[in-house]
Amino acid sequence: MSKPIIATTSLAGCFGCHMAILDIDARILQLIDLVEFNKSPIDDIKTFTKECDIGIIEGGCCNSENIHVLKEFRKHCKILISLGECAIMGGLPALRNGIDVKECIEEAYLKGPTVGRNTERILPNDEELPMILDKVYPCHEIVKIDYYLPGCPPKADLIWAAVVALVTGDELNIPYELVKFD
Amino acid sequence: MSETIKFTIDGKECQGTKGQLLVDAAADNGVYIPVLCHMRDLIPAGSCRMCTVKVNGRNMAACTTPAEEGMAVENNTPEFLDIRKAIVEMLFVEGNHFCPACEKSGNCDLQALGYKYQMMVPRFPYAFERREIDATTPKIFLERNRCIFCKRCVRVIKDEEGRSIFAFKGRGTTLEINIDKKLAATMTDEMAQQAMDICPVGCILKKEIGFVTPIGQRKYDTMPIGSDIENNHQ
Repeated sequence: MSKPIIATTSLAGCFGCHMAILDIDARILQLIDLVEFNKSPIDDIKTFTKECDIGIIEGGCCNSENIHVLKEFRKHCKILISLGECAIMGGLPALRNGIDVKECIEEAYLKGPTVGRNTERILPNDEELPMILDKVYPCHEIVKIDYYLPGCPPKADLIWAAVVALVTGDELNIPYELVKFD
Repeated sequence: MSETIKFTIDGKECQGTKGQLLVDAAADNGVYIPVLCHMRDLIPAGSCRMCTVKVNGRNMAACTTPAEEGMAVENNTPEFLDIRKAIVEMLFVEGNHFCPACEKSGNCDLQALGYKYQMMVPRFPYAFERREIDATTPKIFLERNRCIFCKRCVRVIKDEEGRSIFAFKGRGTTLEINIDKKLAATMTDEMAQQAMDICPVGCILKKEIGFVTPIGQRKYDTMPIGSDIENNHQ
């Protein structure tokens, strides 16, 4: 039997959840015996070259590109996992939710105390840039998500336990200490 | 002398005194019924409904219901575990609860109940409402994004003349917690600490100090909420 294939991505996240994946330390050697990676920052494969079994999503959706990538993941992965607070509830990027986008942009590029010289009052508006959304959306409000692993970041032991259980079909028993929202 | 009564919770035989609130009587018998608004010896508010149990077939708030002889109470049934999980989820989506950025994280009752009922994601859509923060008083940050309207602070924190320092303003969707600026100016450090400690979420924060306890040593890092009550009577 061929190995299950995993894809991962970071949307509106800080890559902390991917760092947490690497926190499994030496178990990464067991992991590559267990699974194969496809599109992921971990192996630097940029586009899907195979249909995948598990898609791991870090971060919520703050712009049009995030939505596009997330929908691609849903299309190419049998199972999607929201990894971490940002994917689950928007996380820190979602602190802007409830505030007008215009107000946010003006604060960031014109009025904010850390804004340097922007004498021409330029706001980012290049067509190459993804459009910013009205708010940051949790992933499950955009596509169907199958499993959730909370934490900021989720503990490596939690990620390990969940992925192994998913791949081997063993029962998942998570100790109380492993599931935290921070 | 107060009259002793007998009742059962999930079949377990319990004893209490007549008129004692069910939630307190349960705790005295080593049974944890989750609460957010309730505090022992305080006039009950019955506002959060976390303590909903079934008494003789009817759903009741255990913090407003007096224990009575012969009551058959259902507490930890699948039905109530799900109802309570739903209440926690509703509270999470209604406010803006960003646990990773909250000073109360690890010591927060709402978060601890999320852990207890294994909330991975709320089943309801997030509201993401904008709420204003009040940092104008000398000792307290009022972080309204996290208020769950339990009214603990209103009921407990009072000045020497018995006047509440915190109060509700508005009704329905405009309801918000407020702090009386004149009275707040007289608050001692101890009062500010007490206000922060009784707040079941991270709405009331004491200024100038935060994140004192390292991760791993906080109240609910290793001990689920309610385990103190359950472990006392094993």
